[in-house]
Amino acid sequence: MNYKAIVIGTSFGGLEALKIILPGLGKEFPVPVIIVLHIGDHSNDTFINYMNSICPLKVTEAENNEEIKPGHIYFAPPNYHLLIEPDFTFSLSTEEKYNYSRPSIDILFESAAWAYSKNLIGIILSGANSDGAYGLKLIKEFGGMTLVQNPCSATSPTMPRAALKMVLPEYRLKLEDIAVKLVELTNG
Amino acid sequence: MTNGAYNETNADLLNIEMQLLMEAIFLRYGYDFRNYSKAHIRRRVLHHLSMSLIPNVTMLLDRILRDRDFFSNFLDDLSINVTEMFRDPEFYKSLKYNIIPKLKTYAYFKVWHAGCSTGEEVYSIAILLKEEGLLDRCQIYATDFNRKVLETAKEGVYQKSDIEQYDKNYVLSGGSGKLSDYYKSRYGSVIFDKNLSSKVVFADHNLVTDNVFAEVNMILCRNVLIYFEKNLQDRVIGLFYKSLVPGGILCLGTKESIKFSGYENLFEVVDEKQKIYKRKIL
Repeated sequence: MNYKAIVIGTSFGGLEALKIILPGLGKEFPVPVIIVLHIGDHSNDTFINYMNSICPLKVTEAENNEEIKPGHIYFAPPNYHLLIEPDFTFSLSTEEKYNYSRPSIDILFESAAWAYSKNLIGIILSGANSDGAYGLKLIKEFGGMTLVQNPCSATSPTMPRAALKMVLPEYRLKLEDIAVKLVELTNG
Repeated sequence: MTNGAYNETNADLLNIEMQLLMEAIFLRYGYDFRNYSKAHIRRRVLHHLSMSLIPNVTMLLDRILRDRDFFSNFLDDLSINVTEMFRDPEFYKSLKYNIIPKLKTYAYFKVWHAGCSTGEEVYSIAILLKEEGLLDRCQIYATDFNRKVLETAKEGVYQKSDIEQYDKNYVLSGGSGKLSDYYKSRYGSVIFDKNLSSKVVFADHNLVTDNVFAEVNMILCRNVLIYFEKNLQDRVIGLFYKSLVPGGILCLGTKESIKFSGYENLFEVVDEKQKIYKRKIL
């Protein structure tokens, strides 16, 4: 399968999980990674700078109209929903919170499923609410690949558990096995 | 959130129906959503389908063409009217330090608040201008294409439950008084002082289909352009450029920008982070 994008949703415990996964992707990783991490209304700047210092890929905040490119890791800006357009650019929205969240994982995943259909990998990591479960189900319905962090290895198992209740994912992995699997899946 | 009628096997069908729907709305009612961001519009339309129990977009189109009241409700669903007072307090702070001193040198000035929605930010600007002693010297035009939200804006009545957040924003924005000085509580609502809106003209204006209507000294248009595709964004920035006097100020939302719009060289950056620009005096 020729995967064109990876979307990741996570909240509480997400930063710690991403610190392990993202550096493990290596600098030749061939597909863009797009992430919703619930961090409240605070600016992303600090952890984006930090992620850049530990990742060989370029880590940035997704910008409105920006073309989505391989070799990049994008984070949704705080207090905006992040959507993927059919022409593979980002758009932002200030509409109501969804699942008490803005950015909402479901909204990103839904738009990603429409844009990439079966060429998409969706991932749910540690988190304290059920945002993303519906979106992951949709990714699977569109023929995409789904992966959920094993709740037993998650700082907060609520989000992976909620996802597992709605979707039987192709992979259910321990944190330290996720990066290796992604490299394997995207190398054709 | 998504309608069962659509999945990966008929994604192309939905694209065709969406295009027909946008054309139909434009031809029938003159509202032009054809260059709005596709993912956003699709989401709103599918949401409306599931709420109204209509099975597919073609049947929605049929209803919209024939039922004006139904369309009016649909229109409300298409526009995003989520806003708050002193949203992004740092922006108001920047306005206070970077722009207000210049406005103080004018005997009279005009402000255009484009896409004002239910008016929370109009009252925020009015409060800022009042505290700086400038409210009596200005004329504010607050416009939106949605007449229903303009009515709310005119009334200046908001939910009391939101006031705590607004008050927090107001303090962070550097407000010099107390927010409670500007409103009265009534049951579950608050009503803002009519004096604040005495300098405001609320009017129906559509950024997509209408043109320049006044020459102004400052334009605020925050979190509106994010819903437009790039070409439409560029066109609207052009409309703002033409509406500003030389040296006039343009304020966009913090995730919006004039970068790559073709107008970048015609503006100076006043505050990069808060997206405050000044039309160059050529």
